Amino acid sequence: MKIKLYIVVAGILLALQIAGHGQNKPAGTPDAKPAAEATVKIDNFSFTPATITVPAGTTIHWTNRDDIPHTVVSDEKTFKSKVLDTDQEFTFTFSKPGTYSYFCSIHPHMTGKVVVQ
Amino acid sequence: MKKIEEPSVAAIAKDEIAHDHNHDGIDRRGFLKCMAWAGTGALVVMKGGVLNSYALNRLGGMKKHDLKGELSFVQISDSHMGFSKPANPDVAATLKAAVDKINALPVAPEFLLHTGDISHLSKPSEFDTVDQILKSASAKDVFFVPGEHDVLNDEGQQYRERYGKGTQGAGWYSFDKNGVHFVGLVNVMNLKAGGLGSLGAEQLEWMENDVRHLSQSTPIVVFAHIPLWTVYPEWGWGTDDSAQALSYLKKFGSVTVLNGHIHQTMQKVEGNVTFHTAMSTAFPQPKPGQAPSPGPMKVPEDQLRTLLGITDVNQVQGKHALAVIDSTLG
Repeated sequence: MKIKLYIVVAGILLALQIAGHGQNKPAGTPDAKPAAEATVKIDNFSFTPATITVPAGTTIHWTNRDDIPHTVVSDEKTFKSKVLDTDQEFTFTFSKPGTYSYFCSIHPHMTGKVVVQ
Repeated sequence: MKKIEEPSVAAIAKDEIAHDHNHDGIDRRGFLKCMAWAGTGALVVMKGGVLNSYALNRLGGMKKHDLKGELSFVQISDSHMGFSKPANPDVAATLKAAVDKINALPVAPEFLLHTGDISHLSKPSEFDTVDQILKSASAKDVFFVPGEHDVLNDEGQQYRERYGKGTQGAGWYSFDKNGVHFVGLVNVMNLKAGGLGSLGAEQLEWMENDVRHLSQSTPIVVFAHIPLWTVYPEWGWGTDDSAQALSYLKKFGSVTVLNGHIHQTMQKVEGNVTFHTAMSTAFPQPKPGQAPSPGPMKVPEDQLRTLLGITDVNQVQGKHALAVIDSTLG
């Protein structure tokens, strides 16, 4: 008897889960999915990974681990960080799909790309 | 410690007049070779074929009145005030040591040229500290051009407020000293992704007009932060449109280009143009391609000052080219 109850409860929960995944819930609602986060490391005058592919809505954190300051500036000026000294961070949330090329405005040979799907 | 550049192997091998920069029928490289044999005890300063010689005792006993009519100035670069990492935890101390070095020169320089990266993070306190330290230099006049670290966050507005009096655009300008024409260029603004340093159309146009009417016997000194020749493009060590700038200087018999940015001395002679980069007063950087990136290079503490330094530049009347002498801090 008890096992049957468990199965029924599990089944209901599973059904709710499946229903939940399929919905496009607006952010801020109590049971909305947490926004995706991703990290790009800045070190040795390079962005790692040089190209990062993320789903729309992702917030990317650029962290400077180099011993020299750098910036993160999109080619089309879509986003632009202040100067990041060692251990400082810049974040930007990519809500629109597309390809975003960026570079360090202090050391322009440092380039990177964000592909938002 | 003075660094004297060795003549190229090819130059030593030949016994002919290959370069006649001073138009007096003397081949500098051949002269050097003869000097070595004769053992005349002269300090021969030769950089890539451009030569000036001083009797060894002249440096110690040089008196100002002996050198009337000659021009002497010092280039310093890349003080990066505010930098405080293992490569050099005290860049103020090494800048002070550079000033001490300047003050100990046998011939006091008339002025200083700072080829940029004065500050590390464009902070007001960093600029203030450099100004304060330079006050104790024997030369009171300092001419600046900005490095990329000096124009952060505000498109160089603060830099121009502090050092840009009488300059145009992003901070370019020219002036004359003792018949030598100096051109200060800014190649650290509006840098493009994947690019090198950049002068831009407006500045190039200004420069073309600035030198157009000068006589070809006028010695020219051009100074800018990023090298105006392609040292190592993989690390951004070059300027995209410098060839155009240099084309305006073709007619001049003596052109000296002084740069910084790479934190090591490097020299190239191309026709009438001598290119020279200065050491930093803050921290050394690796030689091209000899490290994964061009960042600050940590060396044993007792070696740091042997890789930092100043550049003494002298014009001797009657000689075409300027003598460029690098000295380290330790």
